[in-house]
Amino acid sequence: MGLFILRRLIISVPTLLGISLVIYMVLALAPGDPLAQFAADPSVPVEVRENIRQALGLNDPWYIRYFKWLSALLRGDWGFSFASRVPVLDLIGQRLPQTLQVLGLAYLLSICLAIPIGVLSALRPYSLFDNIATTFAFIGFSLPTFFTGLVLILIFSVNLRWLPFIYDSTLTVNSWETFIRQIRQMIMPITVLALFQTGTLTRFVRASMLDNLPADYVRTARSKGLNERAVVLRHVLRNSLIPVVTLIALGVPTIFTGAIVTEQIFRINGIGELLIRSIQNSDTPVIMAITFIFAVLVVIANLLADVIYGLLDPRIRYS
Amino acid sequence: MHRNAMRRTFARLGWLLAAVLVLAACGAPTAPAPAAPAQPAAPAEAEAEFVPTRGGGDLLRILYWQAPTILNTHLAVGTKDFDASRLILEPLAAIDADGNLVPLLVEEIPTLENGGVAEDLSSITWKLRRDIKWSDGTDFTAADVVFTYEYCINPATTCVNTATFQGIASIETPDDYTVKIIWENPNANYYKAFTSTNGRILQKAQFADCIGEAASTAEACQAANLAPIGTGPYKVVEFKPGDVVLYEINEFYRDPDKPFFKQVQFKGGGDAPSAARAVLQTGDTDWAWNLQVEASVLTQLAAQGGAGQLVIYNVANVERLLINFTNPDPALGDERAQLSQPHPFLTDHAVRKALALAIDRAAIAEQLYGPAGSPTCYLLWYPPFRSGIDEYFGDDCPQDIAEANRILDEAGWVRGADGVRAKDGVRLSVLFQTSTNTLRQKTQELIKQWWEEIGVETELKNVDAGVFFGSDAGNPDNIGHFFADIQMYTTGAAELNPISHLCQYTSDQASQRENEWRSPNNMRWQNPEFDALCEEALQTTDTNRIFEIAMALDGLIVSDYAMIPLVGRPRVAGASLQLRGYSPSGWDSEMWDVANWYKVD
Repeated sequence: MGLFILRRLIISVPTLLGISLVIYMVLALAPGDPLAQFAADPSVPVEVRENIRQALGLNDPWYIRYFKWLSALLRGDWGFSFASRVPVLDLIGQRLPQTLQVLGLAYLLSICLAIPIGVLSALRPYSLFDNIATTFAFIGFSLPTFFTGLVLILIFSVNLRWLPFIYDSTLTVNSWETFIRQIRQMIMPITVLALFQTGTLTRFVRASMLDNLPADYVRTARSKGLNERAVVLRHVLRNSLIPVVTLIALGVPTIFTGAIVTEQIFRINGIGELLIRSIQNSDTPVIMAITFIFAVLVVIANLLADVIYGLLDPRIRYS
Repeated sequence: MHRNAMRRTFARLGWLLAAVLVLAACGAPTAPAPAAPAQPAAPAEAEAEFVPTRGGGDLLRILYWQAPTILNTHLAVGTKDFDASRLILEPLAAIDADGNLVPLLVEEIPTLENGGVAEDLSSITWKLRRDIKWSDGTDFTAADVVFTYEYCINPATTCVNTATFQGIASIETPDDYTVKIIWENPNANYYKAFTSTNGRILQKAQFADCIGEAASTAEACQAANLAPIGTGPYKVVEFKPGDVVLYEINEFYRDPDKPFFKQVQFKGGGDAPSAARAVLQTGDTDWAWNLQVEASVLTQLAAQGGAGQLVIYNVANVERLLINFTNPDPALGDERAQLSQPHPFLTDHAVRKALALAIDRAAIAEQLYGPAGSPTCYLLWYPPFRSGIDEYFGDDCPQDIAEANRILDEAGWVRGADGVRAKDGVRLSVLFQTSTNTLRQKTQELIKQWWEEIGVETELKNVDAGVFFGSDAGNPDNIGHFFADIQMYTTGAAELNPISHLCQYTSDQASQRENEWRSPNNMRWQNPEFDALCEEALQTTDTNRIFEIAMALDGLIVSDYAMIPLVGRPRVAGASLQLRGYSPSGWDSEMWDVANWYKVD
């Protein structure tokens, strides 16, 4: 096992290098200008913008810029954001709590909802409960978050005026009242995200349960006289969770990059919002940092998923 | 980039679908009443007695759909940074809505009459107020002004406001409260440095070690960029770049009765339609910037909202068509769009005139822009040049398809079997480009329809705004390369005197391969008469003559159909019905008078 992990870690180095090279190339070849917003502003003429590009090193060929970026990274320097002139890690660090809070909670919530719903649906397939759960699951993963988000805003903020739709990130929770305010502003984004993820996960749990229920070992367990509860929870569910756990592990890195659309709609200053804005404004160091960290997390999550697989299923052994 | 455009489209689609769903379910409110854009701050009589005091109000909420990312204006990347920092950093003098200078950090505005401006225009002397303090309690002096200049002109600092310092030979400080700017050549545009949104003063003590590369890389400077010490009414409490700025009162602010609000929250992000909703309908914010929202949505929100009103104020911006006078045919290789390759048909005055005649500007303005646009025949559509729609639009440029057809017939452009006109094997087929933006794509569609009515084949193209307005040399899709026949965008003079803006289009400033497509005359229009007038304007100091020349330059652009002005675009902001005291200026930051703002119950 140790050898397997070591080998995978060594292989991941060239993988990550390749990923960073490709991303950098795409960014460098795509036209764009961090000062493009001033293009129609005559008080910041083209020559001025050009001098700034020069000073920021944006006019060098892409391979030189890439090697500069890579060698700085190897020294632990991620560079500074063109838009804010602060180290990119500071920017990411500032936003990570919001993203983890909103996305992490939504992810947890959807796992907690999806497993029991999926199990119950599978135990009584095509029952009323299953039909309702299936309907919601399909609605959940077919409706894009920008749609459900806007519908929720329209109903709960505009028509009913119950919930705010501008996320206040300066709010510090230090009393019951501010805690309630924090909950109120998190309800809609979390609902939107959880609806989407629960939908997908529920279907997986249900399908996986249905695969296992008719299996021989289940019949054996039942014939041993085990009660239904023990059969379902200890035997069927445990085996059914193997693919689900993989899915959940692979999904964890997406919490880091945030939910681009949802964060934008609710004005949450998360990492997804930072990423999309940096792409719009050609803020290369920020885009590189976020995508590269994401790549690292994906590689790690894949490795973790494989390891967990081995732990959960004694039939799988790596050598 | 593309993805973002798609997302926006989807987001709009989402609003639409959501609106249909919910409105259908709840029994929709019917027919939108026409909105009457409210004039800023006309306090009712009962309120006239209300005297705002320092700290009399709690929280002012400002919403920009682009979030501020830095508060040092000299390293800004957009208007939102200029505006967010305006609560903190101030210029020596601001410019009000009528284009007059308002002294902020100086005792008076120097003029030729009071001797502040030298007779020969070789220098200008600003007398600083002696009672101004920085928000850390230290004195504001001439050394800070000189420092700002030195900070900015170092190219490695990457200051965006260097253009305002061009032509300065040196700055002298005879004493701590006198700043004398000496120009390299006599300068008639003597107020250009240290005024308005580009002329903000930094504190020397805070930024002394930040000249050059250190401005972005040194840790102390990075911190200073996010929390500059200023002379303005507020100071930073907390700043999350790309999200929100929280300010509180600067207790050293010069006016003891201002500012009114204990705290200000400057929130950024999201999109314009939901910002409009927040200020006009739900009251989630007190001020919303730049409500670029489709006319129908905006007027409906303004009419039914109940929480806020539109604030519309003039700037020089005009949405215009620009004509390419050189041949953008890719087959020409390196010679593409060079001056040596005149355009096959747009160099024909008759064609340009017909294209202009075919356009119904009033329809574009009314249907698409609503309260945020006004049809115009001229670039100088605002006071003091022209006042009122009768003067800048009137009957000067009505749509006349029949006349356009007649002109083309007369010029020998004959319709072919496919309905497209041609002469000597040259077909009237244009590629028409602009940036990706719903409003612009709808304008394109309308224009395409009219042009096809006069036998001009029209192909539409749109480019992501970041690319279209980007300046890198390797980008063939930007406005500088202009590898299309006609392009459309908005620009306008940043200051009341439009000469330097209009004179970007002189013959010698044609954007060409040699200057990496960066010179401003991207139409590559060549007009000796225009050049001569610009030459004269740059030398004259007589303001009346400058006014005449500006009108003549505008007239030449319009009569030669080098550009076709379409819609004058005032800025549209939204304000809470309780907010008072604002008087937005198109010649300065939208936040220029934020110290005067207050709220009533």
